[in-house]
Amino acid sequence: MLIKRPSDILPSEITPRPFYERRRSLIKLAAAGSILGAAAPLARGVRAQEKTLGLQKLDGVAKSAFSTKEPLTAYKHVTTYNNFYEFGTEKEDPAVYAKRLKVRPWTVVVEGEVAKPRTFGIEELLKFPLEERIYRLRCVEAWSMVIPWIGFEFNRIAKLVEPTAKAKFVEFLTALQPDTMPGVKLPVLDWPYLEGLRIDEAMHPLTILAVGLYGEVLPNQNGAPIRLVVPWKYGFKSGKSIARIRFVEKQPKTAWEAANPQEYGFYSNVNPDVDHPRWTQRRERRIPDFFARRETVLFNGYRDQVASLYAGMDLKKFY
Amino acid sequence: MQPSPRTLSALKAVIFILALAPLARLATGALFFPDWLGANPAEFITRATGDWTLRFLLLTLAVTPLRRLLGWPWLLRLRRMLGLFAFFYALVHLSSYVAFDHVFEVTEILKDIVKRPFITVGFTALVLMLPLAVTSTNKMVQRLGAKRWLALHRLVYVIAPLGVLHFWWMVKKDVTEPAIYAAILTLLLGYRLVAKLRERRGARPVARPVAQPRPNA
Repeated sequence: MLIKRPSDILPSEITPRPFYERRRSLIKLAAAGSILGAAAPLARGVRAQEKTLGLQKLDGVAKSAFSTKEPLTAYKHVTTYNNFYEFGTEKEDPAVYAKRLKVRPWTVVVEGEVAKPRTFGIEELLKFPLEERIYRLRCVEAWSMVIPWIGFEFNRIAKLVEPTAKAKFVEFLTALQPDTMPGVKLPVLDWPYLEGLRIDEAMHPLTILAVGLYGEVLPNQNGAPIRLVVPWKYGFKSGKSIARIRFVEKQPKTAWEAANPQEYGFYSNVNPDVDHPRWTQRRERRIPDFFARRETVLFNGYRDQVASLYAGMDLKKFY
Repeated sequence: MQPSPRTLSALKAVIFILALAPLARLATGALFFPDWLGANPAEFITRATGDWTLRFLLLTLAVTPLRRLLGWPWLLRLRRMLGLFAFFYALVHLSSYVAFDHVFEVTEILKDIVKRPFITVGFTALVLMLPLAVTSTNKMVQRLGAKRWLALHRLVYVIAPLGVLHFWWMVKKDVTEPAIYAAILTLLLGYRLVAKLRERRGARPVARPVAQPRPNA
């Protein structure tokens, strides 16, 4: 398969972190001056991340040509506005309650239609060659972010376990820790959270398992210690805190599809032409903007890379 | 208990200021302290003003049961203000949706109203509040006559359930919050129903209603 590189960036164009941080503090200073005026909200667009949670740093992270050069969403917003229903249905809940999530010891069981089923310890997974992937994230709720993930392509795992010819889909199961997850007491979704991809989607080089963001390991609320990131699909397809991966023959019934099939399909590719029954998907709000002024783009702007996966498919039917 | 006219005016002033506090917080956050409103301030404003619309609607509907149960007829004097605040927050709620979610794109908004049931009921509730707000003045009560005025203002029995339904249908999966509003609303409307049924059966009303529901101070 020929994978086209995104045209919007060269590796050399990615600004090293100390530079953009310094630049941002300057912008912040300038913004501070305007805060007395009503123009403050307008300045928020350029104002960016200040400090991180100071988690374990990830070293030797390579840059990637798949990264976008759009301005990053501030760390504080990436880590305080989360959908992680195991910790509550409000966006602020995960940042408060996911602190309790036990992320060590952690294993990821890889099983199903594979020649060499295997259980990976998180320490092993952290030793995979890591890359920074700055991806757009488009939530089905019509907001979006730009996040500097750190991780590796999922197909690396697949190559190690050797999927059989019967493996047509891949299931990703989120850990289920009833004693640390207050949200699973409510039957909001079927727990554990199950997501799935067609095998060619899973093997696509844009599909990564992320172990970090902003240069550090993942905060719990973002799906520590390891999560899926599929940037051309709505955010809920990217399962968090993955404990089990299954290669299967049949298309899985994913959590949101099971909960509400009229509103959430298996594919859930970002598509401005397929409305959510309760709101339009034409536009999106880039966090923390006030106005939802961005036009949503098919496949979240990764069309050149992924459109071939869906050649000849009716995307309105397979939403 | 019957407060003096001075106490009552003071009480009204206090409630007026308290009722504006949520708006003051949102405005201050939006203009000066973005962190108050979190990562998605527009959503925060839309949700908060929606919440306050429902809360003021329920407060308005609580006046009758409370004044009867507590024997405080003067509570009626607060009702107009509470109802008008419900309408006021509904307007801010709508404006926030029109401006932030749709960036004033009228065709998209119209499509929403027609196509999406939760918007349809929310918008209907707001439209139905309009005649109530317009006829809330003393002059209008006189002009309509108490009977017709009362009949018109019974629309609130439609508006409040539509508002709660709007919230219920908006929620993605966890309906705990709308269920709480629905339970309180059921209680408030159920009280009236029971009182009515008892009256009809010739029993004494739950407590003596005030002679003539004068909506105004």
